[in-house]
Amino acid sequence: MKNDACLYWQALNRALDAELAADDDVIVLGEDVGLYGGSYRVTEGLYARYGEWRVRDTPISESSFTGLGVGAALVGLRPVVEIMTINFALLALDAIINMAAKIPFMSGGQFPMPLVVRMPGGVARQLAAQHSQRLEQTLMNVPGLRIAVPATPQDAWWQLRQAIRSDEPIVVLEHELLYFSKGPLDEAAEAPPMHRAEVCRAGADLTIVTYSRMRELSLRAAAQLAEQGISAEVIDLRSLRPIDWETCLASLRKTHRLLVVEEDSRFAGAGAEVVATLAERAFFTLDQPPRRVAGEELPIAYNARLEAASIPSAPSIVAAAREICGQQPPEEKS
Amino acid sequence: MTELLKKMLRDMLLARAFEERAAEEYAKGNIGGFLHLYPGEEAVGVGVLHAAEPADYVVSTYREHVHALARGLSPGAVMAELFGRKDGCSGGMGGSMHLFDRERRFMGGYAIVGETFPVAIGIAYAIALRELPEAVICFFGDGAVNQGTFHESLNMAALWRLPVLFVCENNHYQIGTEIHRHSAVPEVHKRACAYHVPARRVDGMDVLAVYHASGEALAQVRAGNGPQLLEFETYRFRGHSMADAGHYRPRAEVQAYERRGDPIDVAMAEAGMDEAAAARIPADHVGRLAAQLGRDGHLDEEAFESMKAAVAAEVEAAVAFAENSPEPAMEDARAALDCNRHGEVLL
Ligand SMILES: Cc1ncc(C[n+]2csc(CCOP(=O)(O)OP(=O)(O)O)c2C)c(N)n1
Ligand SMILES: [Mg+2]
Repeated sequence: MKNDACLYWQALNRALDAELAADDDVIVLGEDVGLYGGSYRVTEGLYARYGEWRVRDTPISESSFTGLGVGAALVGLRPVVEIMTINFALLALDAIINMAAKIPFMSGGQFPMPLVVRMPGGVARQLAAQHSQRLEQTLMNVPGLRIAVPATPQDAWWQLRQAIRSDEPIVVLEHELLYFSKGPLDEAAEAPPMHRAEVCRAGADLTIVTYSRMRELSLRAAAQLAEQGISAEVIDLRSLRPIDWETCLASLRKTHRLLVVEEDSRFAGAGAEVVATLAERAFFTLDQPPRRVAGEELPIAYNARLEAASIPSAPSIVAAAREICGQQPPEEKS
Repeated sequence: MTELLKKMLRDMLLARAFEERAAEEYAKGNIGGFLHLYPGEEAVGVGVLHAAEPADYVVSTYREHVHALARGLSPGAVMAELFGRKDGCSGGMGGSMHLFDRERRFMGGYAIVGETFPVAIGIAYAIALRELPEAVICFFGDGAVNQGTFHESLNMAALWRLPVLFVCENNHYQIGTEIHRHSAVPEVHKRACAYHVPARRVDGMDVLAVYHASGEALAQVRAGNGPQLLEFETYRFRGHSMADAGHYRPRAEVQAYERRGDPIDVAMAEAGMDEAAAARIPADHVGRLAAQLGRDGHLDEEAFESMKAAVAAEVEAAVAFAENSPEPAMEDARAALDCNRHGEVLL
């Protein structure tokens, strides 16, 4: 299975399969994860293979089935709770924030919390305001949680397996538009530490720090920038809590310019944390004020054009990068 | 009664034609996102909302186009919303799952399952406080009753005798999960007794039965006797949404519902179309209808055909209206977000 090209959902599916096979304490639960095979096919085939006690279809009761995951984890199961989309996780925040993240601490360290909550989020295609958000900032502010944001099939494979094997509560944020993206998967390759960032393109003039689906757009922008004589380094954080500052700092020591690209709205978003900490730690390394390219301060409209205009695009990343590098946007050809 | 029945039949035909056309427009790319259609369930929305008064409020789910139409929103305004256009009933911001119309007291389509309950009891609280003779109609699916908000809201509605009619559209599925696999008590109406809320189950494929049950329940609600719950047994003929083919449903089950009767056929029978005329109508499931017909002959073939033609023209006009409506601009989006109507100074 070396360097098999595979879809993102398939990588997640293989990761679940591998862990269900390896450990009888692993269970998967969520709406339509069983018989139906998962809304995005992530759990396809698992119900037939492992049966209803290990792959459980739940009612629409996010608060309580996520809480069930917490209870089961307390006594040693390793539940992987699928919340159909992150929008419904708002109903499960008590279980995630008040229970999963705090029980290990409140119990004075008596109870580990081997719980994984996986869910897709993000702006997909015209799913409208209630179904187009990521909410990572809400979870990032919770001590005790870890947050993985795999953007490639390889990372999905590694990080989901690492999350299941971990004794800490971990949220895996997937992206609806990544499920059917393709990439290489080497199942046998040695995994980097779960929260280490990846420099996915080397460059010298500026550092673009990004994650999840914005990785792809940032790489596209970096390719366009290269044609315009600007060499951008692109870092995929792969994780939002903890964040691998060392990889970012090493890059800034080289480029001295920082651009953060995030899909969700700017105010108090993930990018704010990245910029604040890097400014604190690398203020004198930076030649320019750091910048963010982020979503608009608006819920996402159903209308397709407004939706597209509400989130970063490769051209908006290119324009911001040129600005920090002291270059005006290229003249419009008339 | 016959006039009312004809109106309801007409609304059901419009509902069916509108939804089938929406599916076509989705395939053409004019509609995007999640699109949840209503064929099979028309008798519920149409029957309930014909029993409602204009002063009543409606709170609905993401499967709400037909609720909106039956409430009197124009097909053009609904279609334009599905197209994401400026003349849509939510200005192109909400889309298929978020239809709103303040004037008609259509208080929104909500896409997070279980949200309709608290919104409905909030409106009902205001009605009760102001001692108005109004009611709130709260739609929800069989899957929604396992959400905490169902129980929490039923309790508060009963405790404070709030004027809500809870309307369950029990189509037996929560996407791919059949009701016996998601509910320990699959008879939704039985749950209401936990809160002393009067409830019953009604055939949701029979528009007259829906209409009568709703009228009686609403009379109780408006009289200040507290909430009521109706469970309408129905079936969706299509998948959950355009993204779902519905393959998890056994063929025999789908056929059984088709045999039991398309709600439109039932309505035609009740409208008293004569047997021979009905038999000549090239509709989908008329076989069953023929056996039931042959009563007063109030609705002859010609009248039926002209009704269908009128409805088809209305849908055509709705699509034209949507196509000709402009796209909203970013300023429209910002204006929509801003509810500071009184110039409150913020900074
Ligand atoms: C809180 C929440 N969880 C999950 C979903 C995804 N979802 C959308 S519709 C649906 C099924 C709802 O079934 P039901 O209430 O019976 O209504 P129906 O679609 O059958 O009309 C699910 C699980 C959601 N929208 N909201
Ligand atoms: Mg249902």
